[in-house]
Amino acid sequence: MERAAVYDSDLNLKATELRLGLPGRDESEKQSSRNNKRSSAEMENSCDKDEQESAPAPKAQVVGWPPVRSYRKNILQHQKNESDLSGIFVKVSMDGAPYLRKIDLKVYKNYQDLLKALENMFKCSIGVYSEREGYNGSEFAPTYEDKDGDWMLVGDVPWDMFITSCKRLRIMKGSEAKGLGCL
Amino acid sequence: MQTDPNPNKSKDSPTNSDSTESTQSPSPFPDDVLGQVLSFLNSDKDRSSVSLVCKDWYNAERWTRTKLFIGNCYSVSPQIVATRFPKITSVTLKGKPRFSDFNLVPQNWGADVHYWLVMFAKVYPFLEELRLKRMKVSDESLELLATAFPGFRALSLMSCDGFSTDGLKAIATHCRNLTELDIQDTDMSDIDDFNGGWLSCFPENFGSLEVLNFASLDSEVNFDALERLVSRCKSLRVLKVNKSIMLDQLQRLLLQAPQLMELGTGSFQQELLPGQFGDLESAFSNCKNLQTLSGLWEVTSIYLPVLYAACASLTFLNLSYAALRSVEFGSLLAHCPNLRRLWVLDTVEDKGLEAVGSSCPLLEELRVFPADPYDQHLHSGVTESGFVAVSRGCSKLHYVLYFCRQMTNAAVATIVQYCPNFTHFRLCIMNPGRPDYLTNEPMDEAFGAVVKTCSKLQRLSVSGLLTDLTFEYIGKYAKNLETLSVAFAGSSDWGMQCVLEGCPKLRKLEIRDCPFGNAALLSGLEKYETMRSLWMSSCNVTITACQQLAREMPRLNVEGQDGMPHLLFSLFDRQDLLLPSLMLWSGTRAVKMAGEKQSELDHSFLLNENMRND
Repeated sequence: MERAAVYDSDLNLKATELRLGLPGRDESEKQSSRNNKRSSAEMENSCDKDEQESAPAPKAQVVGWPPVRSYRKNILQHQKNESDLSGIFVKVSMDGAPYLRKIDLKVYKNYQDLLKALENMFKCSIGVYSEREGYNGSEFAPTYEDKDGDWMLVGDVPWDMFITSCKRLRIMKGSEAKGLGCL
Repeated sequence: MQTDPNPNKSKDSPTNSDSTESTQSPSPFPDDVLGQVLSFLNSDKDRSSVSLVCKDWYNAERWTRTKLFIGNCYSVSPQIVATRFPKITSVTLKGKPRFSDFNLVPQNWGADVHYWLVMFAKVYPFLEELRLKRMKVSDESLELLATAFPGFRALSLMSCDGFSTDGLKAIATHCRNLTELDIQDTDMSDIDDFNGGWLSCFPENFGSLEVLNFASLDSEVNFDALERLVSRCKSLRVLKVNKSIMLDQLQRLLLQAPQLMELGTGSFQQELLPGQFGDLESAFSNCKNLQTLSGLWEVTSIYLPVLYAACASLTFLNLSYAALRSVEFGSLLAHCPNLRRLWVLDTVEDKGLEAVGSSCPLLEELRVFPADPYDQHLHSGVTESGFVAVSRGCSKLHYVLYFCRQMTNAAVATIVQYCPNFTHFRLCIMNPGRPDYLTNEPMDEAFGAVVKTCSKLQRLSVSGLLTDLTFEYIGKYAKNLETLSVAFAGSSDWGMQCVLEGCPKLRKLEIRDCPFGNAALLSGLEKYETMRSLWMSSCNVTITACQQLAREMPRLNVEGQDGMPHLLFSLFDRQDLLLPSLMLWSGTRAVKMAGEKQSELDHSFLLNENMRND
């Protein structure tokens, strides 16, 4: 956005400008992976790198605009997700299991729900996600293939982003998955 | 200002006090008469005026005030309040600035109610009502509230955060005389552990509730406990449940409480058997007193008809969480001829708004919210023609909040011709800086028409491409304006100066992303003491100007934010740096730091200037 900026001429203030400013905005630019784990109601959903994956129209980048209250934002986003997508069925394989399963990602509200369901379905223990270690220490680690064909660790990105980019799931043996967690 | 140590001692009657030593004329009324008369005064504005008449009236007023309203919790300290008003039974406190709703205020900004409650526990043990808006309320605070005030009756939390199940459990367990528990617009995203067990904590013999609103608490509740509670509370008139309550459960609740005047339904998504459908329909038709209806999450057109029988007496319909289309919306509206207030999503589109214009002649307030606010390239939603259609049919319209993607100057001019009585005009053209889409001109003339025609205008939010001309108009014509919100607008300092000089009643000014700088900020020095607050974000204001402001106006609190409050002090070396955000308000010289430590309470201020009563 353009502003009639008034700067003193001798200092290159723009370069040193303390634009830490509005909360939530710079955090998302510097530590995008960390912030993306929090509530998807935040504006971080619209980080540049994710634009290719989302719907054709890029979402607004301005913090706090339009002035829709965060409480209202959460409700509408939830409803929209529910009505837009009619069942996202993905195959789930588990190392060592004789056959695959299929689940509807839309049925789950968040990662917790999904992981619990997977644990029940495959009678395994997946453990707790941590950003640094992944699922280190647990028997199995959930991974998924995204739109680009890469194998990703489940839990890194906000839930809404995950369900739109997940093509299939694979529950890896903990020992194999350990490699992923160190990256 | 010294307080009279014996405020109720009887004074000489007027005929005896013509002593030449008296420096002020004595009050012509005996104290107890004055006290009686003043106890009828409810309006804070009137009470403020009364307290300025003379010392006697000041004293009489402070002893008869029972309701306390503080629009900015940092404008005055609890100690000063406690000293001045000994008889308070009802408190309303507001905390964070409105911009915190839109994530523009840091998480740890403050507005913690706890230090207020600690003071109230000491001074107002008979406190009955507490209404908080945008404040941080911890479980510890709720526990204190529940246990320190035996007569406590009414708790209202609007847009508050910081609490969980445990706090509500304390309220339910200990507040024997509770008539009102009203929790609105809580953002649940920060609350990790929230379960519905608190409802079971109301004792089995407890039945005094009149208002129960937990619509925004996103968790399962113990339905049996809720049903029993509702059946015990014979005076229940407001019941707003959350999404976890299904239709068959709603039907059972309605059977227990047909006397309800305000209902917030739960989720409307459940698949009903035909018998259940009929039961629900008749449950609604038994609600003859329904004036307000809200909730309706995930409602589909199939189930809307169950509501029809209850709509005849409806005056407020809140469909802002129901993504309805124009057809089913129109059918519903046909059953609501008495609507005064209507909140909808823009999924109803212009056609839906045409139905509003034709079905709701008594409409006074309309709010149209965007279903998809962040998609800039969408062409759905409402346009200027929907707004015009409503204004044509609803001549009593005086409050509007309208989110749209396109607007024209001509349309707005037409709208205010049909509806010249706007008191609140909040227009949000969602793409920042968008001009009149037909003429490509700025939207100056639109808002010019609004302020010229609507002489009663109290609140205005502007948007679209705007030059300083808009603000010239505002300064020249909007003489009753109290609240102004500006974003991505204006061309120079002159715009803000026009507003500061021209609007005598201005109380709250919010500005973001505008080219207003130090000259504009400093032009309002005299003005700020008469206002509740000024908030500027991402404008061209530097620390230098703030320091000058703080120096010249010691009674103003000036707070700059860079996202990390503790860094503010080190910035004083670089005085030319742009300040990302600035908030100022008049009040005690209290230093507000992160973590909520209030130091330096200055008792020498004249209390009237610090109490912003409205």
